[in-house]
Amino acid sequence: MALRNFKLFRGNQNEGTMEHYSVEVDKGMVVLDAIHHIQAEQAGDMALRWNCKAGKCGSCSVEINGKPKLSCMTRMNEYGPEETISVRPLQSFPVMKDLVSDVSWNYEQNKNITPFKPDPLKKGNYIMMQEDIDRVQEFRKCLECYLCQNVCHVLRDQRQKDKFIGPRFMIRLASLEMHPLDTADRIPDVKDTHGSGMCNITRCCTDVCPEHIQITDNGIIPLKERVVDRYYDPLLRLFYKLFRRKSPN
Amino acid sequence: MVTFSQQSSGKFLSTYRSDKWWFEPLWTGLGFLSFVAYTTWAMFQGDYYWWSGGQEGFGGYLSPFYSPLLFIKEAVVGSAPMDHSWFGSWPGWWPVLIPASPAILILAGPLSFRMTCYYYRKFYYRAYFMSPPACAVSGISQKNYKGETALLVFQNLHRYTLYIALGFVVILSYDGFLSLFRGGEFGIGIGSIILIINPILLAGYTFGCHAFRHLTGGNQDCFTCPNGKPTFRHMVWRGVSWLNSRHILWAWISMLWVAFADFYVRMVSSGRWIDINTWGF
Ligand code: SF4
Ligand code: SF4
Ligand code: FES
Ligand code: FES
Repeated sequence: MALRNFKLFRGNQNEGTMEHYSVEVDKGMVVLDAIHHIQAEQAGDMALRWNCKAGKCGSCSVEINGKPKLSCMTRMNEYGPEETISVRPLQSFPVMKDLVSDVSWNYEQNKNITPFKPDPLKKGNYIMMQEDIDRVQEFRKCLECYLCQNVCHVLRDQRQKDKFIGPRFMIRLASLEMHPLDTADRIPDVKDTHGSGMCNITRCCTDVCPEHIQITDNGIIPLKERVVDRYYDPLLRLFYKLFRRKSPN
Repeated sequence: MVTFSQQSSGKFLSTYRSDKWWFEPLWTGLGFLSFVAYTTWAMFQGDYYWWSGGQEGFGGYLSPFYSPLLFIKEAVVGSAPMDHSWFGSWPGWWPVLIPASPAILILAGPLSFRMTCYYYRKFYYRAYFMSPPACAVSGISQKNYKGETALLVFQNLHRYTLYIALGFVVILSYDGFLSLFRGGEFGIGIGSIILIINPILLAGYTFGCHAFRHLTGGNQDCFTCPNGKPTFRHMVWRGVSWLNSRHILWAWISMLWVAFADFYVRMVSSGRWIDINTWGF
């Protein structure tokens, strides 16, 4: 057991303070455990969101010493014994209370995505091979913790929420676009409504993803390349025109 | 009472991060800057880019910064024999103010490839443009941020620079082969090893390119159509993906190596270093 110092944000969207707490911490504890102790013993009215405590539900996203993280997966021994650990709510979304922010903007974005549309003629015969599953499966590991949405500078600093759907939904788009059974065409939307060009591939989303999804390399960049095929590659367009071939995507 | 405000409204470089977030943009920024400084210097030299131990005939070391030799200026120290030039001797119309260096004619090719590479873009947007400097650190807040949709829309042409780079892989591989001969005689020297490793590293970088990955299979929705068996393209795509997941490493090693290869040829050609080899000169 050791006494550790914390600074936790207490307040709401308009005002608040970083409050100091000290709490006894056991070996092997995660930051969420320590916050629970503080909540139980010293700050019963503190708001905090969590659910599974196993890194699977994506509820406990906060910023610990300025870094977007899942508090249930952040071990106390990541920090020096003398270090004060400061915890803040996600910065890119409105703060509801204390460590809880309102991420509902994200759910709205999801509704703008054209849903999965399988070929009706193949009804009842939807077979997928493992090779095709592998690529889209990676994106399905997403917890919707929104750490990537929170850290993306396009949304966070440049405040372009009306122009860019954000990394989490770019990989959802990728998983649908690369799906062998899907027949919808989302490339025009990827470019225009969802704003693939706003992302400058600086990879912070990938850096913070707790599921280690290669958001940029496997999701966003392949989508950007498909957008290039359609809109920015004059030779390719000429090729498809001359040979009257249908472009693969 | 300290009033909490959204960090994203924060000033340039504001962050709550307490770690050394500035370290990565600093070392990548300085590292690349030194490469650019050396390349620019080497490009303007126009001499000591070739060494064949004074031997005529097939074979010799050619600096990768100077390959291919479109034109050659005669009677320059450490220059290649005229039969290595693609289009003959140096053009008379060349402005006097610009050094007559074959490197100037070709370096834009590989440079455009690296400058539009998805990895280099990440690093220089972070290190030089501070957009953002690091994750969860505020960059310069622009009123109307446009990402890669406006001025930077040319980045979408990266695949065209890939086609150029593929040509360079072939040319530099030939130079590696050339380095195994001296006056028509087969052999090997330290320089040959350096010049053979060079195109290998460059190929590792080039074949792991995102645009190449897209071209080989990324543009397909189905890897097993039409008969449920994985296609040949899927196999190639997997290989390219393997390289692609190590693209950053290939980018840095191949970049440092190409500069080192130029430096080595320069040192040997100017007589400062002795090349150990089987030819004995
Ligand atoms: S790579 Fe693109 S989506 Fe991901 S954080 Fe950076 S700008 Fe945002
Ligand atoms: S992609 Fe990763 S960081 Fe983004 S919401 Fe999903 S799990 Fe979280
Ligand atoms: S509590 Fe479920 S991910 Fe942390
Ligand atoms: S060379 Fe890096 S992505 Fe093309």
